[in-house]
Amino acid sequence: MRAWHFTEMPYPNIPPFDELKNTRVTIPSRLFDPKIGADLYNRYLDEHCIADELGLDIMLNEHHASASCLDSCVPLPAAILARQTTKARILILGNPVANRGEPVRIAEEMAMIDCISRGRLDVGFVRGVPTEINPANSNPTLTNDRLWEGIDLAMRAWTTHDGPFNYEGRFWHKRAVNIWPRPYQQPHPPVWITGSTDRENVRKVAQHGFTFATFLQPYENTRSLFDEYRKHYVDAGVPHQGGTAFLPLVFTADSDTEAEQGAQELLWYIRSNKTEPQFKNPPGYASIALNVQALQGKFAGRTEAVRQQGLDYMMEQGILIAGTPDKVTARIRKFYDQVGGFDHLLMMQQAGHLDHQRTVRSMTLFAKEVYPRIMDLPPAVASRTPEPALAE
Amino acid sequence: MQEHKRQDIHQIGPSEDLKLEIVRRGSGPPLLLIPGEEALEAEAAFLDELAKSYEVFISSPPGFGRSTRPDWITGPDDIAYMMLDVVDEFGLNNVPVIGFSFGGWIAAEMASKDDGFISKLVLVDPYGIKTGKPTERDIQDVWLLSPDEVMALKWYDTAKGKRDFKVMPEDKLTIVARNTESFTRFGWEPYLHNPKLKHRLHRIKAPTLLIWGENDGIITPKYGEAYRKLIPNAQLAVIPQAGHSPHIEQPQAFLAELRKFLG
Repeated sequence: MRAWHFTEMPYPNIPPFDELKNTRVTIPSRLFDPKIGADLYNRYLDEHCIADELGLDIMLNEHHASASCLDSCVPLPAAILARQTTKARILILGNPVANRGEPVRIAEEMAMIDCISRGRLDVGFVRGVPTEINPANSNPTLTNDRLWEGIDLAMRAWTTHDGPFNYEGRFWHKRAVNIWPRPYQQPHPPVWITGSTDRENVRKVAQHGFTFATFLQPYENTRSLFDEYRKHYVDAGVPHQGGTAFLPLVFTADSDTEAEQGAQELLWYIRSNKTEPQFKNPPGYASIALNVQALQGKFAGRTEAVRQQGLDYMMEQGILIAGTPDKVTARIRKFYDQVGGFDHLLMMQQAGHLDHQRTVRSMTLFAKEVYPRIMDLPPAVASRTPEPALAE
Repeated sequence: MQEHKRQDIHQIGPSEDLKLEIVRRGSGPPLLLIPGEEALEAEAAFLDELAKSYEVFISSPPGFGRSTRPDWITGPDDIAYMMLDVVDEFGLNNVPVIGFSFGGWIAAEMASKDDGFISKLVLVDPYGIKTGKPTERDIQDVWLLSPDEVMALKWYDTAKGKRDFKVMPEDKLTIVARNTESFTRFGWEPYLHNPKLKHRLHRIKAPTLLIWGENDGIITPKYGEAYRKLIPNAQLAVIPQAGHSPHIEQPQAFLAELRKFLG
């Protein structure tokens, strides 16, 4: 089991949620004070450096037009941390290749960061959540297809070393792809993909041997996603690659009272995700079956059901793990059993107004008193027997 | 309501993956009708009237109704060629063509490529062009506004636009959801227009009537006027107390304009 420190780099100094229609997509940038922003960027990067010193790995992500996440260009902090850290693996989860496009440019950026960090980079590719559709102006009916073609092109760019190749696909036309540098890790950095509902996507991730990650899901759903992954997993023979990852909110404290207080503050992340219906479920983003449910009033977007819930539900489901080191250890080990095991604990240890001092205290308690007691949890990929190669 | 029959599905052109739903209603000389993105036309009152004088060919674009949607189709520019194949398939000649909203855009694209078979062209609140500056919203953004805001812009009387999905059977809901998905697929970018179309509209020589709802807040009559100027032999009729669907909100006034034009 590996543990990764994560913050979405929030900008929490916004008006109360009930005064805002949306905290994403339409929230005006006049509400962003660059001086506060500068302090926040530097503070969050400092915390990643502390994670490195504590022996934790580092996870970064990217969102747009959102007060929940100031990281709008994820290769930038990854490049900074490639220089400012020495031990941690740096996971980008992920590059929004469907929305951003430019798979060759992404391959170049990742190869550079991989070289600068001397092979400490893990590269995620993501389809992008619904609220990313409008900021990117990305056709919501095509993001799945764009994701997989983008990955295919980026990986060919990493692994082709005999001069230019051509790629004339559905979305991208490149006639002389020949990237310098190539990645430090061979054949390429470990690849990760996220998912939450789409079974076919999980199978595809497994069949490629990529690592599969899911965020903030009730444990039963997580279990069924992980089971689906394990059933279809094919070892692609890439070091560090393959396995399952889960992201909960995590707060480790000296006492139960402090733990509950910290937990409530982390919930800012879920509470702050306030958006109008057209951003929760853009047309054609979800499957036809889910959109039939939406018309019947039974589906309002994938995160809405969780957003409505309270602290007890989050704790019960493993979406939020908070407590003293003993309790956090016990909850993680229980969650491990509940989901049939997993390989990577991605921890959102900072959100909302949770300040530097308490964030670092929680990170430190985790690293010193919890991590040593979960590190031995064994890898949870059931089968490493290669299945027949995929038909393209 | 018309039952959907197996014989309503037709392979169009050489691609086996392209099959369009073409429903024929009424009797009389043929008339080609391309429905809008919500496909409200097939069950609308005005259509019963129209079917008394014409055999109406209701041709669902790919991805709408029960028509298939191959991946290689990216928008109305492609769909227009398929509609021309439909015209060939049924040997339609000297026929009126009516297109509504998204279907009006397809009809305009089709006529700009070949209008030799069209006796008269009717476009009802069609999308398809952009004439304003990059920062002007010629077409209100139906995917950025809230559903309530879209309803208010789209309908003069929003009560007429409300559809009770909760009582609709699942197979019909599947079509509604798929229509929305296909409309998004084809209209997302460039947003509900083809930058080339306004440079092609001069090719339409058939007499053309643009019918517009006076209160269409998505694309206003001003947009209709810009459209009219780009088509040589076109006139614009504006129907009061109607939004984006004048044929639904004011069927009598709509039919009166239509009869006056078609004769």
